[in-house]
Amino acid sequence: MRVQADREVCIGAGMCVLTLPEVFDQDEDDGRVVLRTPEPAPALAQRAREAVALCPSRALSAAP
Amino acid sequence: MTTEPLTFPLTRTGPFDLPAEVLAMRADRPITRVRYPDGRTGWLVTRRAAVRAVLADPRFSARQELRSTPFNTAAETPPAIPGMFIGMDPPDHTHYRRLLTGQFTVRRMRRLTTRVEQIAAEHLDLMAAAGPPADLVPAYAVPIPALVICELLGIQPAMREPFMQATARMSRIDAALEEKQRAMAEVSGHIAEMVRHKRAEPADDLLSGLIADGGRLTDDEVTTMAFLLLGAGFDTTANMLGLGTFALLSNPDQLPAVTDPATVDNAVEELLRYLPIIPGTIRSALEDIELEGVRIAKGESVMVSIPGANRDPEHFADPDTLRTARDTAGHVAFGHGVHQCLGQQLARVEMRVALPALFRRFPDLALAVPPEQVPLRDDMVIGGVHALPVTWGA
Ligand code: HEM
Ligand code: SF4
Repeated sequence: MRVQADREVCIGAGMCVLTLPEVFDQDEDDGRVVLRTPEPAPALAQRAREAVALCPSRALSAAP
Repeated sequence: MTTEPLTFPLTRTGPFDLPAEVLAMRADRPITRVRYPDGRTGWLVTRRAAVRAVLADPRFSARQELRSTPFNTAAETPPAIPGMFIGMDPPDHTHYRRLLTGQFTVRRMRRLTTRVEQIAAEHLDLMAAAGPPADLVPAYAVPIPALVICELLGIQPAMREPFMQATARMSRIDAALEEKQRAMAEVSGHIAEMVRHKRAEPADDLLSGLIADGGRLTDDEVTTMAFLLLGAGFDTTANMLGLGTFALLSNPDQLPAVTDPATVDNAVEELLRYLPIIPGTIRSALEDIELEGVRIAKGESVMVSIPGANRDPEHFADPDTLRTARDTAGHVAFGHGVHQCLGQQLARVEMRVALPALFRRFPDLALAVPPEQVPLRDDMVIGGVHALPVTWGA
């Protein structure tokens, strides 16, 4: 799976980091999302999809 | 649907229950007509899918000058002053919010945990020293979020006492409107003074960060943003702690999940879902919009019920029961969309620290009055309890 994050849309609410810190992080300066990896391991796919769904600003997307 | 529009206030029926009108809509209507106190009609949305749809849709504006609210009878609300970004839309909203998000990351908020632990322990010591009974609201629920915000903003210890007193006066109900406005001006004045001080002598705190970051922000803007943080973060968290304690005392079988570090995070999410602290938020249609089979006309205000969404049986089984073990993902206690709570990671830290600490220190904590005598904040914008008399074996 591949995940994408649109930093222009991100509002830094941190839901993604809370849901899946293995994949998502927040920029130390502006709090916006930073991907630790664009291709999460298959074992993380389910939680990655959950993070995408929980993002309040629709900044995240996932493709199989 | 030829029924009369609903009017405000909605009927609160108990500390943990949905307003009667919202509950009645659960069976058959996700959206209904309302009439606001300013005389205009609009809509009330109560199901989770529709609530999220409204909050995620840029055609629904958060601009405060466009909206009617359940609490305001004035026909006209002025636009948000610079810095008051909760009442703005992108790109103005984005401009201000971006300057703060770096200060509220999950990581930074976790770093505050130790300070929150100290603050909680100090107040538990004071409660223990004074002995039972105590009113948990002024003894614990209010000072913790207030001091944490002081800490975050970087308000110096010497200024905290007057600042906190004015803050407490600002949110009291028994005070006349005039007195509240005076308290608000006082709080604003304290913050403005701090901002001037930080501009001269920057430190490692939020106010200094904002001043440095935005060589572009005026002192007035920084003051307003700090005031918004206080306004949005103080009553909300305090009432989550107060009403949360009441809920746990009423559901003692759920307590072990709070005191166990392995389960406390999810227990706090469940409290956030379950406690009807924030009745809702408002958006106004910028154009005609179809939603759930009705046509919302341009200019109409839509109130979305946060408790309604959090108790939607389509998403949460047995929604009116506090079940700390349930899957809590997808609650909207912090809203949804671009205005989703900026302070949510801080609120989580405060609840995750303060609630277990309380029940670990006083394992036999109990209400000191019958539950029906606990005074509810039915008269306030933010729900909860005015007082929570508690006792314990000294
Ligand atoms: C448990 C406690 C809290 C709850 C339930 C809560 C809930 C909410 C909700 C529902 C919103 C969205 C309002 C809307 O869409 O119109 C919001 C926004 C906001 N909250 Fe919180 N909040 C809490 C604590 C805090 C804290 C501790 C802070 C800061 C110190 C804070 C700061 C803010 C700010 C600045 C906004 C406006 C965000 C924006 O407009 O982009 N909140 N909060
Ligand atoms: S959940 Fe969405 S808005 Fe929040 S930090 Fe992650 S990407 Fe940004």
